[in-house]
Amino acid sequence: MSSLASATTPSRGLMRRIDGVFLTLVLGAAILWFVPIGMGRYGTYVLSLWMVMSIAVMGLNLTLGYAGLKSLAQAAFMGIGAYTTALLTTKLGLNWYASFLLSGAGCFALGLVLGFPALRVKAHYLAFVTLAFSTLVWLVLRNEQWLTGGVFGLSNIPRPTFFGLKTDGALAFHRFTLVITLILALALWWMIRSPWGRAFLALRENPIRAASLGVNIRTYTLLAFAIGSAYAGFAGALYAPLVEFIDPSPFALSASFFLLLMVVAGGSGYQLGPFVGALLGVVLPEWLRFTGGIYLIVFASIVVMLLIACPQGVIGLVERGWLALRRPGKGGAA
Amino acid sequence: MVTRQPEPLRARLRLPFLVDQEKPMAEFLAYLIAGLATGAIYALAAIGFTLVWQTSQTINFAQGEFVMLPAILVLASAQFLGLPMAMAVLVGIVAFILLFGFGFKKVIVDPMIRHGVLPLAIATMALSIVMKEGAKDGFSAEAQRFPSFLPAETITFAGISISLQHVAIIVVACLAILGLQWFVTGTRLGRQMQATAQNPNVALILGIPVAQMVMLTFLINAGLAALASVLISPIYLAKFSNGEVIGLFAFIAAIVGGFNQVRGALAGGLIVGVIDSLAAAYISTSYRLAVPLVLLVVIILVKPEGLFGRPEERRV
Repeated sequence: MSSLASATTPSRGLMRRIDGVFLTLVLGAAILWFVPIGMGRYGTYVLSLWMVMSIAVMGLNLTLGYAGLKSLAQAAFMGIGAYTTALLTTKLGLNWYASFLLSGAGCFALGLVLGFPALRVKAHYLAFVTLAFSTLVWLVLRNEQWLTGGVFGLSNIPRPTFFGLKTDGALAFHRFTLVITLILALALWWMIRSPWGRAFLALRENPIRAASLGVNIRTYTLLAFAIGSAYAGFAGALYAPLVEFIDPSPFALSASFFLLLMVVAGGSGYQLGPFVGALLGVVLPEWLRFTGGIYLIVFASIVVMLLIACPQGVIGLVERGWLALRRPGKGGAA
Repeated sequence: MVTRQPEPLRARLRLPFLVDQEKPMAEFLAYLIAGLATGAIYALAAIGFTLVWQTSQTINFAQGEFVMLPAILVLASAQFLGLPMAMAVLVGIVAFILLFGFGFKKVIVDPMIRHGVLPLAIATMALSIVMKEGAKDGFSAEAQRFPSFLPAETITFAGISISLQHVAIIVVACLAILGLQWFVTGTRLGRQMQATAQNPNVALILGIPVAQMVMLTFLINAGLAALASVLISPIYLAKFSNGEVIGLFAFIAAIVGGFNQVRGALAGGLIVGVIDSLAAAYISTSYRLAVPLVLLVVIILVKPEGLFGRPEERRV
């Protein structure tokens, strides 16, 4: 790591930020392990939902924030993951871990199949291909009743066991979700720090220079999209046992739009951004409950204002403020 | 005939009263005309979408909501201001053009375009959510009747039942598009706009007021969307969720047609409309959406510049 880091890292500041990310992830997980005690079933459920959405947003952050691709199918991939896990565990009696891996692998493969033709042409065509895919997935989920239960959905999705320990309770499942989220977040953290990830950062900062240095843009962006989609599959695999009942509506196109908004709200291209974005997207509705149905309008308006003021999102805003405080002369290290 | 599942909203477009099961040709023609009518609506939306894309690199993911909202504004001004219908149409459309032509450009596009295309595209997604939820919470979650200003009767001509409303939609939309085409190619202002669309830098050097021209495309986009809204709402009824399908078909029409031409978007819209209508009639109602989507993927794979586009004109 050190030789590669010194060869390609522009500054020590970046390294510090990455270590900060690692520490924040581990510390945050430790805090979240104990936070739900005394919060009741519903509060714990909201926290778990935050974790699950964070995984999906993390994946989309890789696609959007690092590769600059608009995927409008993240919720559809999440749906594929959720239905795969639900069907495998309820109908075939497969254990959750195998279903989880299959959900992710399936979404990864689908991501490759979808991304390859779209990225062959122009990056923004991926937006339209994923838009079409999203609608197709929704149609299949709704219409193929024999498999997906149609609008009635699938119910009685079992929760996994952890070395013989049941995770049926809200707190136990929350901790289980937390561990999986931490593993996936650290995997992504490691990926972005690896040589592969460094090529990726180079690609984001200056694609033409990266290409001239031998980075194969198409392969890297395609892989980013596929891995991002796999994360949505993983999120879906956790979502199904969390809610224990799934129907097509949370995986519609508007949900994919919403996930993109969470990425930019948190800060696209920042590793902690997805947690902030998902917090805004999942927990904010709870706080805005008194407003009735208009929380979506409030959230979307906040995102638009944030995008106008600071396209780097909340984390970017915090970083900007931090830099201004620490070193008044130096700005824009992101 | 394939078995059909009940679909309340869609069912209205399926013209059961026109279809004579014993005359397959008459049935086909009825579906063809219905498809051309909805296709003309998609074309209006697709043309506005490509104009705005060309002059300002804005991919407007709220385009479907742009077609949904004017009808809601018309009904809202009739209901809340107590205006007679003709007046309400005028007020609603003017309010829409001000808010989502002028306002959209000034408040969202101008401050954001310097951050690049990506944040702007995402801001339009946020806008689509705001418009949709706003229409739902601010006006109604139910589908509302919308008065038709076109003849609604059905005539029988040489054994074929034709809905005059569909024919009128096709005629009005085509007149609007021809008018736009004449404006773009035949007037000085229109040619300046076209120059801006093709190359803003050169247009600026030639002394064309580029900023005003870009604004003009946003106003035209809002105007076309408002026209489409008034034409389609008597059939689809005015509902907050109408934009989803219309927007999707407008994108497909724009890409199929070639993304950079008025006539491409027109042809794309008509093709998508007809395919959608025939797919619903002869393939499957529940998968009618899937057929144009497959067309989209095939076009992207085989001829990504679109049926009528020229590859060298595609800029990103």
